[in-house]
Amino acid sequence: MEPFALLIAATLNAGTVLAFAALGLLINERAGILNLGAEGMMLVAAVAGYATAVHTGSDWIAFGAGAVAGALLAAAFGLLVIWLNTNQVATGLALSLFGAGFSAFAGIRYTQEKLTERPRFEIPGLADIPFFGPALFKQHPMVYLAVLLTVGIAWFLYRSRAGLVLRSIGESPESAHALGYPVRRIRLAAVMVGGALCGISGAYISVVYTPLWVEGMVAGKGWIALALTTFATWRPARVLLGAYLFGGVTMLQFHLQGEGVQVPSQFLTMLPYLATIVVLVLISRNAAFIRVNMPASIGKPFFPGS
Amino acid sequence: MTDISKRSWIKQAGWGSLALAAALAGCGKKEEAPAAAAPAASAAAAAPAKPEPLKVAFIYIGPVGDGGWTFAHDNGRKAVEKEFGDKVVTTFVEKVPESADAERVFRDVAGQGNKLIFGTTFGYMESMLKTAADLKDVKFEHATGYKQAENMRTYDSRTYEGAYMAGVIAGTMTKTNTLGVVGSIPIPEVIRNINSFTLGAQSVNPKIKTKVVWVNEWFNPPKETEAAQSLLNGGADVLFQNTDSSAVLQTAEKAGKYAFGWDSDMTAYAPKAHLASSVINWGPYYIKATKDVLEGTWTGGTGVWWGVKEGAIDLVSIADVVPAEAKAKIDTIKAGLKDGSFAIWKGPILGQDGKEVLKKDEVADDKFLGGVKFYVKGVEGKVPGDK
Repeated sequence: MEPFALLIAATLNAGTVLAFAALGLLINERAGILNLGAEGMMLVAAVAGYATAVHTGSDWIAFGAGAVAGALLAAAFGLLVIWLNTNQVATGLALSLFGAGFSAFAGIRYTQEKLTERPRFEIPGLADIPFFGPALFKQHPMVYLAVLLTVGIAWFLYRSRAGLVLRSIGESPESAHALGYPVRRIRLAAVMVGGALCGISGAYISVVYTPLWVEGMVAGKGWIALALTTFATWRPARVLLGAYLFGGVTMLQFHLQGEGVQVPSQFLTMLPYLATIVVLVLISRNAAFIRVNMPASIGKPFFPGS
Repeated sequence: MTDISKRSWIKQAGWGSLALAAALAGCGKKEEAPAAAAPAASAAAAAPAKPEPLKVAFIYIGPVGDGGWTFAHDNGRKAVEKEFGDKVVTTFVEKVPESADAERVFRDVAGQGNKLIFGTTFGYMESMLKTAADLKDVKFEHATGYKQAENMRTYDSRTYEGAYMAGVIAGTMTKTNTLGVVGSIPIPEVIRNINSFTLGAQSVNPKIKTKVVWVNEWFNPPKETEAAQSLLNGGADVLFQNTDSSAVLQTAEKAGKYAFGWDSDMTAYAPKAHLASSVINWGPYYIKATKDVLEGTWTGGTGVWWGVKEGAIDLVSIADVVPAEAKAKIDTIKAGLKDGSFAIWKGPILGQDGKEVLKKDEVADDKFLGGVKFYVKGVEGKVPGDK
């Protein structure tokens, strides 16, 4: 049973990376903005977080630096797509490519750096429970924060007035504008919060998940997070579950290999992506399902007063 | 909103993004400044040396800062510079993918006047062969490949010797008798290393089992981390990797287990987990090849395979936790490899299914070693693609 408990633990850890980024993108998309630059923001945040951790020795300041880096890049993206009404898809892709190049450039000297000893976490008492202890209660605090954040975002979106305004802007920016809400500023705020969460995810990768910095180390997790929001039909709880599912498939492929299961490793490498496509096909078949949950204005420019 | 205010918004936004871009570029420069030491070599070319210096180019698959494979090659390049001083000018191009891009880079550096070009990854083979056929006055050296031409030759190092010695230490240190290997791409070189690592461990501890997880990439730290984690979860307590980063070592450090450095000395990345580093020293070969060209004795169509004997492979920085007798055994192995009295691949060696692949006292030749596509007894799982 022990290996299975550890597999669960590794799955939660891998899922946390995806959950932070995907929750951030969920907020973006709920406000009607599609930011394809997640990968780029995460890379820049990863190097910012790593550099901060090297110099300060504090993981938490590093997460903060990652969040700021992500929010700044997101703000630049927001200014371009919200005020200048540039194409969101093209701008997002540009941000992604820019982030990849810029992070490599800014991180040159940090490829040789290393972090101080990584602390280990466990919840006293609970960590000693057989099976559940190693599976659930020896995680980095960020793993639990991801769950709290999901609850918080769900409450915000569906139970708070501000969340209602955010969703209404995502559905119909014209109506929200007519009611007197500052559509552009709220969208910018949503984009920056989304960027900050992607940034935290990026910093978590370079500081905790794989404690080192090398170019391109986010390795496609930003794209998986983007797929996750659609996969989860823009619902926070489903985003979290989806993140664990994806994390689980990733870990399972290595776990099976280690157990000597006779499946070609190339096939297993393909699994997470295959899972994405299958789920996308399944949910896309139900048009009503998509229509109910998908923010109506996503990806569309908004011209106030027109 | 009126038109005027709209325009002013655009203006503000424009200035805002400009300022942001400037700020970003500024902080990039700050971070970059202390790292500028790398390609300074070419500046030395301006010296008024009478005989034209030999221009030598190195093409790398990874960044020189990977702390592993490419880092080791770049140390070799520096050794060439140190040896020949102003008689040579070296340059390098890093992060050249194993694709059609490689050929463009080879042609480009040849066009810049480089007469000796080293390509340092297996995947450059075909691109290099094509370029070599067109540029007869340039000499090409290809690492780890097997195709040659009149102006192209190959060189490789016996990394399996380092893997075997690491195995001896792993077999001594393990408590679970289970070792874990993160494999990169299932080619003979890597399979041979996994087997040699296992044979080394079994030489001191016959109960050893080795689990293998393939990531199908040379360099992908998050994937290497996940693979290492799953091996630890599966009960392995000493890890070994044939990938290019230090991620496996750092995963072991985090989990309080052991692992090895590979290609370069990786002690600094994980002071507690690090048991030893199997390093490749490319310097001696790079110096020899450069000397051959300078003296006009370079001939193509050949290949060399250097190991401990030639000083190309070594096991260094053995940790204090390793017992003295294991250290003594490593010294014996090194001495035996140097004087030829010891062979790693000497029968009887059993395949995974228990059948003899090498009869008693039979020593594998290089052709046999070059075609290792099976696991030895004790390695679990199947070689990918094997029926």
